Amino acid sequence: MFAYLAKRVIQAIAVMFVISLIAFAIQGNLGDPLRELVGQSVSEEVRQQLRDEMGLNDSFVTQYLRFAGNALQGDLGTSYFFKEPALDVILKKLPATLELVFGATLIIVGFSVPLGIYTAIKPDSILSRIIMGLSIVGISIPVFLTAILMIFVFSVEYGWFPSYGRGDTVHVWGYWETNFATADGWMHIILPSIALASIMLPLFVRLIRAEMMEVLQSEYVKYAKAKGINPWRIYFVHALKNTLLPVITVGGVQIGTMVAYTILTETVFQWPGMGFMFLEAVNRVDTPLIVAYLIVVGFIFVVTNTIVDLIYGLVNPTVNIARMGA
Amino acid sequence: MSTETLNPKSEPSRWSKIWNSNMGYSFRRNPVAVLSMIVFLLIALASFLAPVIAPYDPYDPAQIDIMNSEYPPAWVSGSLPEFVLGTDDQGRDLWSTILYGTRLSLLIGICAVALQAFLGISIGLIAGYVGGRLDSLLMRLADIQLSFSTLMVAIIFLAVTQAMFGTDTFNKYAVVFLIAVIGVAEWPQYARTVRATVLAEKKKEYVDSARVLGFGPMRIMVRHILPNSLSPIFVISTVQVANAIISEASLSFLGLGMPPSQPSLGSLISSGFDYIFSGSWWITAIPGVVLVVLVLVINLLGDWMRDVLNPKLYKG
Amino acid sequence: MSLLSVRDLTVKFAMRDQTVTALNGISFDLAKGERLGIVGESGAGKSITGFSLMNLLSRPGYIDSGKILFEGEDVVQMNDKRLRNLRGNRMAMIFQDPMVTLNPVLTIGQQMIETLMAHRKLSREEARQIAIVKLREVYIPSPEERLEQYPHELSGGMRQRIIIAIALLLDPQLIIADEPTTALDVTIQADIMELMLELCQSNQVGLILITHDLGVVSQMTERTLVMYAGRIIEAGRTREIINDPQHPYTQGLINALPQQTVPGQRLKQIPGNMPGLASIPAGCAFNPRCKYATDLCRSRVPEIVQYGEVAVACHEVQRLHSDEDRQEARA
Repeated sequence: MFAYLAKRVIQAIAVMFVISLIAFAIQGNLGDPLRELVGQSVSEEVRQQLRDEMGLNDSFVTQYLRFAGNALQGDLGTSYFFKEPALDVILKKLPATLELVFGATLIIVGFSVPLGIYTAIKPDSILSRIIMGLSIVGISIPVFLTAILMIFVFSVEYGWFPSYGRGDTVHVWGYWETNFATADGWMHIILPSIALASIMLPLFVRLIRAEMMEVLQSEYVKYAKAKGINPWRIYFVHALKNTLLPVITVGGVQIGTMVAYTILTETVFQWPGMGFMFLEAVNRVDTPLIVAYLIVVGFIFVVTNTIVDLIYGLVNPTVNIARMGA
Repeated sequence: MSTETLNPKSEPSRWSKIWNSNMGYSFRRNPVAVLSMIVFLLIALASFLAPVIAPYDPYDPAQIDIMNSEYPPAWVSGSLPEFVLGTDDQGRDLWSTILYGTRLSLLIGICAVALQAFLGISIGLIAGYVGGRLDSLLMRLADIQLSFSTLMVAIIFLAVTQAMFGTDTFNKYAVVFLIAVIGVAEWPQYARTVRATVLAEKKKEYVDSARVLGFGPMRIMVRHILPNSLSPIFVISTVQVANAIISEASLSFLGLGMPPSQPSLGSLISSGFDYIFSGSWWITAIPGVVLVVLVLVINLLGDWMRDVLNPKLYKG
Repeated sequence: MSLLSVRDLTVKFAMRDQTVTALNGISFDLAKGERLGIVGESGAGKSITGFSLMNLLSRPGYIDSGKILFEGEDVVQMNDKRLRNLRGNRMAMIFQDPMVTLNPVLTIGQQMIETLMAHRKLSREEARQIAIVKLREVYIPSPEERLEQYPHELSGGMRQRIIIAIALLLDPQLIIADEPTTALDVTIQADIMELMLELCQSNQVGLILITHDLGVVSQMTERTLVMYAGRIIEAGRTREIINDPQHPYTQGLINALPQQTVPGQRLKQIPGNMPGLASIPAGCAFNPRCKYATDLCRSRVPEIVQYGEVAVACHEVQRLHSDEDRQEARA
């Protein structure tokens, strides 16, 4: 167990190292920190002096070590635009994005598991055919189009839901303000959550259905039938666990994709999260903020993937965790 | 007896061989596949013939008049007869712009997948054939690459590139950047599947005998092993083209892809989005429908192909 | 009254463009505590017979017609609830490959206890105690620990013992064993067979042993059915069939046994292959491979009739019996 954990953590650190190198390379090549600091009306000598003082003439390794050291202490530079520590800017935006991801995950898990199971158990029923037909349409509509369509129908035409922003949020702790405490907050988060879930949900329905159908053909399910086990127990105890094992792995990968989709969803709904912020930062060439976003998102990816791997190892008895570390 | 009858017609052409094969049979039996194929071919044909079909050239500023902007499609009152699908916010004929835009979307999608396939197949063949450390290193890389979403990598790469080179230079090479980033990011899909086939085929006798006959590894891989991974490659490629088109559209929508002056479907939708509240829904809706139909028929074809070929696809 | 009585059982498979007949009018009986072997090449319909008896065929296979009377009740007509009561309880099954039979994510204990609790009103602890007793019966060392283990932690032989224990959990009247040792190491095969024989005899359990191995049949069973292309072509006491086979196909099977071959000589294989279900020839299905085949064999399906000690489905059995070739072949 310990060896497995250690191996995972070492790999995570290695990936973070590569990300930090990329981030550092971006920082060094994107924009001129001097110009942001003092403008262009400074003589060349003074500029050189400032460069020396800021360590911009140091060797690559020295500069990187300084960058990494600062990053480890939570110092990812100061946003040119907000004039605030970049990490703070992101952390303020993070809860909005996380709540959106949470809402979408609820929708995905809540619907994909029952729909996937149903379509696998009754593959020929009319309802299953409708679900499968809709699912292929679903994976063919890009997230941003779903978002636009929903705004057009539910906000512009019917006016049932607000079309942008977070609405009323309630402060919980630190930078964390939640949408889930007020009715207005709920109204605001529903459409973006559905939009974010829209392409992933059919993907998972299809995945769960395919895995479940494969499992239902397996010898051990046939054997369970031959033992006279109740069909519900066969579906939910014998088949479901085996179905969900590969789904967990894919799910881990999809969390990353979901963060990417938040950028699209947040842009359409002007949701004040880090995806929206990132695009603004790109347009303003706010290098520290871009770099900080890269590192934070990389960190989220690495952490979720490591956690998913660990969960998989714990849930799947055939993965011998102790041996996998070796 | 003339020579014509001696040269028998019973020798089937390659085309009729495909038509009469198992695949051809199931294709004819499946109305959804036939319809999807027809729609796909229509879209592909129309878009590649865009310069011939389109009544206007959306890239030619001389043909664009800003005064013509936001005319609705022909079936809505207030339309102009010369603009069948209406005009966009810059006064371009929407029908022409969509034709050119679809051409760009398809081109980027297909080229990006070709690049993915080339990288993935090469890496997969090498990893599977050489094995050992190189194999585990490459597959580890594939795992890590896969754990980062393509779209995320593409967004960050394009955002940084755009910020670095400035919008003008970026716009000039946007097509190349898009193909490169979508093409590079998805190689593991192919690499894993090809590698799995190589590992399975390597054990078989014919590979040994080819080796004993003194054929080099390149020849064995390309001539003997690769043909056995064709059906999974086909299935993956279809789905990947659909995904690549969606990725391209998403990136362009975010302003990280094709510029408004040379719009793909995604950038067209994006430019229309600003006008959706003022009632000009068609600038977004019509290209949106084209995009969805295009991706949908490709996905339907992919589904059909997976059912017929039923290859063992690598699962994560 | 016999324990099991199968009458004119016909099983079909609905394929995409045609329906093929996998079992064609199978009839046989099994007395209480009797052990019956079903022999044939793969594809002859042995396993399908086994699954049909439990009404466990999965799509596209289905029972087209016929009766399967088990303790007087027709399995074909049973509703789902009756079937569940039958399966694992009165009739148990041992599958071919123990490596894939047990569910990989459930412990041995869970898989044993759920079987007991599906059929009896027992507490979990009572069920556990029964499971331990049954594991002892199949000579599993330290059964308490095994209950906590997952299948992948056990060897193939061990798993098959556990599957036998599960089959015995509810003291069924009949056990159907579908090639129970083919997937196992040769060294373990004999142990498992011996164990099954011992348990069936001591518990008075009926056994239907599906196998392609005539040697196993001769050790394990009292009566034997020989199947070919979905039909029974010879049936009778195992001893008679092994020592004096009547059907040319059975003769061929026996002659192909390594024991029947003089060292240094080639094995006497039956020429040709069994036809696929979609392309069964007219008349006797064996006729293309049979050197005695006549025009009658090529046009009419032979009825199964009593001939001496056994029942046999062959038009030419009389002629064959006086044929010298056969004498020579058996020498």
